[in-house]
Amino acid sequence: MASQKRMARELAQCTATPPDGMTVALANDSDIHNWHITLDGPAGTAYAGGKFGIILRLPDDYPFKPPVVTFATRIYHPNVTNDNAGSICLGMLKPDAWKPATKLFAVLAAVRQLLEEPQPDDPLETRIADEYRQDRKEFEKNARAYVLRYAKGPVKFDAAPAAGAGGGKESSGASGGASGSS
Amino acid sequence: MDSEDDFMSAVSSEDDILPDDSDNDDMSGGEDDFDFDDEPDPDLGIQKDAPPKKVAYDISFKVYQPSDIQKQQDDLINEVNMILDISKEEAAILLRYFRWNKERLIEDYMDKPLKVLEAAGLFQAAAGPPKLEIIPGFVCDICCEEEEGLQSFSIKCGHRYCVDCYRHYLSQKIQEEGEAARIQCPADGCNLIIDARSLDILVTPELTERYHQLLNRTYVEDKDTLKWCPAPDCQNAVECGVKKKDLDKVVPTVSCLCSHRFCFGCILNDHQPAPCELVKRWLKKCADDSETANWISANTKECPKCNSTIEKNGGCNHMTCRKCKHEFCWMCMGLWSEHGTSWYSCNRFEEKSGLDARDAQAKSRVSLERYLHYYNRYANHEQSARLDKDIYHKTEKKMVQLQKESGMSWIEVQYLNSASQALQTCRQTLMWTYAFAFYLARNNQTEIFEENQKDLEMAVEGLSGMFEQPVVELAKSNLKVEIMDKTAYCNKRRVILLEDTAHNLAEGRWIFNVELTGVMPSGGPSSNSNSNSRR
Repeated sequence: MASQKRMARELAQCTATPPDGMTVALANDSDIHNWHITLDGPAGTAYAGGKFGIILRLPDDYPFKPPVVTFATRIYHPNVTNDNAGSICLGMLKPDAWKPATKLFAVLAAVRQLLEEPQPDDPLETRIADEYRQDRKEFEKNARAYVLRYAKGPVKFDAAPAAGAGGGKESSGASGGASGSS
Repeated sequence: MDSEDDFMSAVSSEDDILPDDSDNDDMSGGEDDFDFDDEPDPDLGIQKDAPPKKVAYDISFKVYQPSDIQKQQDDLINEVNMILDISKEEAAILLRYFRWNKERLIEDYMDKPLKVLEAAGLFQAAAGPPKLEIIPGFVCDICCEEEEGLQSFSIKCGHRYCVDCYRHYLSQKIQEEGEAARIQCPADGCNLIIDARSLDILVTPELTERYHQLLNRTYVEDKDTLKWCPAPDCQNAVECGVKKKDLDKVVPTVSCLCSHRFCFGCILNDHQPAPCELVKRWLKKCADDSETANWISANTKECPKCNSTIEKNGGCNHMTCRKCKHEFCWMCMGLWSEHGTSWYSCNRFEEKSGLDARDAQAKSRVSLERYLHYYNRYANHEQSARLDKDIYHKTEKKMVQLQKESGMSWIEVQYLNSASQALQTCRQTLMWTYAFAFYLARNNQTEIFEENQKDLEMAVEGLSGMFEQPVVELAKSNLKVEIMDKTAYCNKRRVILLEDTAHNLAEGRWIFNVELTGVMPSGGPSSNSNSNSRR
């Protein structure tokens, strides 16, 4: 498949020069469709000091279908579901808006950007979005509490369900490799 | 819309189902033949002042076949192409962007062309026919292929991708997402729209066909005056000028070339004479209420004091309303306290309290009974119309049989076909007259309406009866004449009824017991309880 070449290239690029504060690796060396990303909470935000696991899955039809990006680490954020699924709402990842020429580097950068600048007008968690708009202090307090509770210590990727057929069990080993490579 | 006069189109409608009275084998005669003067009828006085030969309930419409729709689009595109001096592809994209409002497009474009082009996903750049190219050293940004001789393509923005990726992208958009008019360049953040000519050189013929189908669809869906015929497998569209806000004044019934008759306002089957709003309410009410109402009517009574509906599920006649604690006798509905010691047998029919209670009971039942009256007749005609469809198929056999047995020619047996069609159309109308009548307030007009309804109904039942005679009988010439007469009479009665209702509707003279516009109160105008008795 033509897309193998594209995925291999993108993986090489993202592991060599990932977006700021990110490390990228495969969940399992034989499965290029399943990426594990570790993201350091951007400095100057409520997420600073936390380490977040992000799972990126490439559909078979990639790059004609958008990748699926989820948070493996619980995070208190208006645009991420406040549950174990950790689904993200990102405009560029909607099927009808996705462009095949969009690179995963840009997707990852956009995810990171979302932590720096939450989008309360397009929320998945309306309550958190309201809080973000109306009581920023309270929001930041809650977000920090989540960081302390979930985003300290080694990143785990197996919390998220349905990690694909490619064996999510070995994830902790893979993430260890990832942090070594950066 | 001035360039469509020469299209193939079926102008106006009722022709095929309103053969004039004696002339049954001419199905295309139409309203011009319809001679209102040959039977003086006071009811027809009204419509004499209407525009000549234009029946009040008839509205003008045109049917377009797929090729007509294509031609209309092409004509508009050509026109814009000439006026604005832009390519046809660009004209098409702009027209779609402006929802085929040519005037607005031209005005806006004259005003600020660049802004319009940009908003529609076009911007000016060197034009030239789209073509595939082989560029040395090219690497496709989607699949990262870089082999020698790789064919590549780009639209005007210059974002170039290999032809395989482009095809894959387009086929996914067209087939999976059903997108056509607004497929953008595959580049991140580039909103340039891929035009039809580029698409034609890229994709396979099947996909091109689908693409143009989708484009045609947007043309019809973008225009308020166009609607698809809802009949299965029918690809025609109907154009009609009736606006949504007029729907309380007219019932815009149109008839497609495929012979399906439907309401342009709500796309449901022909529901003359009832206006769309009443139809919507009626259908909802029937879906909600009819079975329930039947059961309630058969199994319950209301508490004489608070009108709660009560089912007696056993036990003695001493009822205590669970809601208001009123104690009464199930048999006579009178106060239980007056029953003294005759506990289990109620023979106190004359007592006043019992009489009053039964009176109230009867009143509250009236609305339910009223609804059931109309519903049952509505449902009966609906069912009969279905049965008549079966009969229609049998008719065809009968006609063949007749031709064999009586030596009649094909044209001579067509009167059966006319009769069957008349039956179906009239039943459809009758069915909706009952829904209509349910919402009518009682006054003189309603009485005239009911007279008309009765006349039509009697005529239809009469024709229906004749129609079911054995073939031997049908062949006799006196029955043939009778059927032909009755068919004409049915059609005429239907015209009269629809004339009358449509005319009054247009003039806003009907008084309904519900508000015709506006939001429907929850549970319907008279659900279970009694709009009637409260009035």
